[in-house]
Amino acid sequence: MTATTSGQLDPAGATGSDTLLSVRGLEVHFPIKRGLLIDRTIGHVRAVDGVDLDVARGQTYGLVGESGCGKSTLGRAVLRLEEPTAGDVVFDGTSLRELTGEAMRRMRKRMQMVFQDPMSSLDPRQSVQSILTEPLRAHLREGGRTAWDKRVLELLEVVGMPSSAAAKFPHEFSGGQRQRIGIARAIVLNPELVIADEPVSALDVSVQAQVINLLEELQDRLGLTYLVIAHDLAVVRHISDRIGVMYLGQIVEEADSDDLYAKPLHPYTISLMSAIPVPDPDIEDRRERILLAGDLPSPANPPSGCRFHTRCPFRQPTRCHDEVPALVEAVPGHRVSCHWAKEIAAGRITASEAAHDPTAEAAPD
Amino acid sequence: MSTRTSQDPGPSGADSTSALLEVDELTVTFGPKSKRPVHAVDGVSFSVRPGEVVGLVGESGSGKSVTSLAIMGLLPQRGVRVGGSVRFEGRELVGASQQTLTDMRGRDMAMVFQDPMSSLNPVLPIGLQVTEVLRRHTDLDREGARAEAEDLLRRVGIPDPRRRLKDYPHQLSGGMRQRALIAIALACKPRLLIADEPTTALDVTIQAQVLELLRKLVTDTGTAMIMITHDLGVVAGLCDDVNVMYSGRVVETAGRQELFGVPRHRYTEGLLASIPRMDAPRGQPLRPIPGTPRDTISWSRACAFAPRCPVVDDDCLVPDLELTPDRERRFHLHRCVHPADVPAAVRTTQETP
Repeated sequence: MTATTSGQLDPAGATGSDTLLSVRGLEVHFPIKRGLLIDRTIGHVRAVDGVDLDVARGQTYGLVGESGCGKSTLGRAVLRLEEPTAGDVVFDGTSLRELTGEAMRRMRKRMQMVFQDPMSSLDPRQSVQSILTEPLRAHLREGGRTAWDKRVLELLEVVGMPSSAAAKFPHEFSGGQRQRIGIARAIVLNPELVIADEPVSALDVSVQAQVINLLEELQDRLGLTYLVIAHDLAVVRHISDRIGVMYLGQIVEEADSDDLYAKPLHPYTISLMSAIPVPDPDIEDRRERILLAGDLPSPANPPSGCRFHTRCPFRQPTRCHDEVPALVEAVPGHRVSCHWAKEIAAGRITASEAAHDPTAEAAPD
Repeated sequence: MSTRTSQDPGPSGADSTSALLEVDELTVTFGPKSKRPVHAVDGVSFSVRPGEVVGLVGESGSGKSVTSLAIMGLLPQRGVRVGGSVRFEGRELVGASQQTLTDMRGRDMAMVFQDPMSSLNPVLPIGLQVTEVLRRHTDLDREGARAEAEDLLRRVGIPDPRRRLKDYPHQLSGGMRQRALIAIALACKPRLLIADEPTTALDVTIQAQVLELLRKLVTDTGTAMIMITHDLGVVAGLCDDVNVMYSGRVVETAGRQELFGVPRHRYTEGLLASIPRMDAPRGQPLRPIPGTPRDTISWSRACAFAPRCPVVDDDCLVPDLELTPDRERRFHLHRCVHPADVPAAVRTTQETP
């Protein structure tokens, strides 16, 4: 499809491999400090703890997990809004970690972010016109006022807003419209990568679908690459080509969207999928729910061995608690980090009854 | 869980003698009489029987939470007018004295709110907040209340309840707080539990735990429940009867099988088409409802959903549309001039007895 709205769509370095973004061994640790006069670091919250992932150009990579699993931190670390502790992010062949100052600033033009809550990510004292012109002002010297104004009107049309919106302020819009403005701001500079952090979770059900459709439409039209971060597996599955499931700072399973849904291999993914309510009474009555015990353990003190073993309904007496599973390719294109994935998939290990009782185990603090 | 067939009396069925709670033409109007009032709830009727779960579904601004607050008598005294009738075991609650309501709240009916952090008192230990209800409504002494509180926390699945009694809300995780809130609501074995978006603030796996707890509660103790939610998935798994609300009125009411199988109102149909489903084949585009829940007109002029409706025409501009029963299913009511078609396959199965 031709991009009618953008002149300089195809960037210079578009040729070569079709991996746009690749993350290697990324770690983000936040120090826990204590003490009045002297800050002593007494530990680290391992928000992201060694993540590898590749996002293909023009595709959508979905990152799912529960709150506190580190998915948002990962998204921010990719853009270096959070400085990574270790690891590397390679964007279109350039390592972002080595970039400094002006070079990084120029690079930012090519990757943008859409935030969860449009009310707090749009400045209430800025008009929509001003919000959308700001990136142009910061990154493009050429053009000038008239060209920028034209671009703003063009963008409003692309995201389905009337041109009268330009003169209004964020509080004059509904949540869905605000999110459209947030999306318009992200695509002003014709970026290649858009990271969307929970783009629809603050919206009403009927409006969510509008925004999801808009994101898909923009991808077709502008050839965008998305990294979508969300807790709702149904939303992620709908828009993603490839999905990574995160648990306590690590990716535990990664597969193409259809494969993941058809045959989840990691016990966490299996439980997560069984927990999602489906709007169909017959399915709800028939299906077997796997209830996980307790809550997410603290990322400051992750469990030994497999991080999921404290809540895992398939836990085995050996290996799980003392041996860290590696993220390995179990089926072509389907990576999973579980010692017993093969046995579980074959049905030789089934979910234990104890896991059905949430009181069975104390939540580790 | 019992599944209701279309032959059973529905929420507005004739069998009203056994109803625990009857809400009849409830209206809640905000704003002083001089100014243009806001009709947050505009004539809502439904009933709940023991052991039954009735769902109130709608988006923000549909009036579902205000309905529950009106039932509990928790709306502010000033600037709010509550009309119609709410009868709990035949006893009228609208206009009842504060003393009567205070005696009933917590003992006969209790409520679980959406955000446990803001509905628990942050400066009191959990234990005290549970025993407070017990001491107010029962004869238990301090020691007895404490033991009962410990038992309650254990029953809702809080590990190590003796230690947790001394904990403050901030020391508990989100799921634990919601359990504590449910424990408080259940303390005096109420016959009616109103759950207002009880799992919206929780993660999916924790949501599943809390829903399982509520489901068990209904089947084990026969507590009646009103489930208020925007999540149709939660409704499908939990509710016997469902009322879909839009702009202060019920637009469709049906058993869950009928509601999900043959939605008649265009709003219900639109909601179902706009949620991404785990079990749907991928690549199927979502069909959103255009506009936002704020694009509405007053029911007194026309159908409030008309500005967003895909099949709207001049016939829809009727003031005060009636809830009309479905031709084949007496307890499936909808408030629509052009209801969605019943698929042929469903129609034949419904006609054969």
